[in-house]
Amino acid sequence: MFLKQYIKDVWGAMKSLATGMKRTGYYFTHHKEIITEQYPDNRDTLVLPERFKGEVVMIHDENNEHACTGCTACELACPNATIKIITKFDVDAETGKKKKAIDTFVYHLELCTMCNLCVEACPTGAIKMAQTFEHSVFDRSQLTKTLNKPGSKIREGVE
Amino acid sequence: MFEEVGTTTEGDLIINVGPQHPATHGVLHLVITLNGETIKNVEPHLGYIHRSIEKMCESLTYRQFIYVTSRMDYLSAHINNHACAMCVEKGLQLEIPPRAQVIRVLMDELTRIASHELWWGAMAMDLGAFTPFFHAFRERESINDIMEETCGARLTMNYMVPGGVMHDIHPNFQRRVKDFLQLYKSKIHEYDEMVTGNVIFQNRMKGVGVISAEDVISYGCTGPVARGSGVSSDTRKHYPYEIYDKLEFDEVLETGCDSFARYMVRLREMQQSIRIIEQLIDNIPEGDFQAKTKAVLKLPKGEFYSKAETARGELGVYIVSEGGTTPYRIKFRSPGFSNLSALNHLVKGGKIGDLIAAMGTLDLVIPDIDR
Repeated sequence: MFLKQYIKDVWGAMKSLATGMKRTGYYFTHHKEIITEQYPDNRDTLVLPERFKGEVVMIHDENNEHACTGCTACELACPNATIKIITKFDVDAETGKKKKAIDTFVYHLELCTMCNLCVEACPTGAIKMAQTFEHSVFDRSQLTKTLNKPGSKIREGVE
Repeated sequence: MFEEVGTTTEGDLIINVGPQHPATHGVLHLVITLNGETIKNVEPHLGYIHRSIEKMCESLTYRQFIYVTSRMDYLSAHINNHACAMCVEKGLQLEIPPRAQVIRVLMDELTRIASHELWWGAMAMDLGAFTPFFHAFRERESINDIMEETCGARLTMNYMVPGGVMHDIHPNFQRRVKDFLQLYKSKIHEYDEMVTGNVIFQNRMKGVGVISAEDVISYGCTGPVARGSGVSSDTRKHYPYEIYDKLEFDEVLETGCDSFARYMVRLREMQQSIRIIEQLIDNIPEGDFQAKTKAVLKLPKGEFYSKAETARGELGVYIVSEGGTTPYRIKFRSPGFSNLSALNHLVKGGKIGDLIAAMGTLDLVIPDIDR
């Protein structure tokens, strides 16, 4: 009786082992079903989806103009104090009126958690999420970025 | 002689398992009292990655605090966000558009499958089988790709906002989910072939980590841990939220009370999630994906509670509001914490080799415990 059970157990174990090995053998002979991506080598062909949240960037058009009015809605929406907007007063050359404008749009990538709340909060659509994802640098200070390009100004008609 | 639980007698060995050990699922530190090979007591030490999320939420506005909660249980981030968004909506008495409700449920169920997939791979790896880990990730990757396309991130999506969802679904969403269902159905039998039917796996799981239905209730366990002992605890069935009461799915119950029962619950739960997705994917109603809300949300004075069924069990969100823009107090009832409390009961009297197997079936996520 003991021997019968023993042989049965061994037979069951061999059978379950063969079932598992059959699956391994299947993939061994079907290379096309393996979907491993060779990551650093496929950078050129790697396309990230358009909504991917990589980092915050400011949209500039061909005339080096942006749509940021300096309303600080993004700064208030950010949970981590990632964004700091420094404003200045531009003097209009024709009318002589003072007008509020952004001086520097400071963005701390090292604090950003990519929650997209700033982009949602922006009333003029001045910022968006870019698809960049390899952010490693040797010095932490390089992650503090100024988003408005040098010499850029606000687009006409954006209030 | 001292036979009392937890008392160290002469000749006992005290060993530390974890933190920072791959088999302890994050930074969990277990102090184990051993008598020979038999476990006398297990004492989990917590707090290694405690970031005081509950306290942090008190200084964030209602829109902002939701994103923090996806860092708690990063494997079912969507469902955490969902529970918080529901609690805020309860306070504001917001009506959610039908389209948003369906999208939310679809995302929840995809997250549940992704979470159980990872658990299945990690569980097999705990027991020494490495191949299933890669097979689990293969299916999980296709869910992550869907998430990336619609929500913009692979792990911590921040897709649920009070009033609905942040973006509409991507035009490719329905096609890709259908492709995933096709792939999943052609691969699901591999799981049984590789792991479930394996004799080593069965011998290490059956009769290990036994907990009775009464003990499950007294420890406050929820989710697959409770359902493995035959305790009906599915929030989706008992306190249906969104459109769960209109859907056809079964609450998976097993009566084995051991590790194998908990394993089978999760495996069968994935198939129920597939069933829910199949019912919804062709019937997403047209309309808005977000209700109209004010830019700054203010909850009326009072207390609000909502709960959702995450991949690990019931997550409760309790908000005390004083009428301002930030919550006065927030408390999360996380499933991992209650499930971990049953660990000593599960493994006491068993062998040290069974500890990892029993702990693996609890599906612990440590930030969920530490919060």
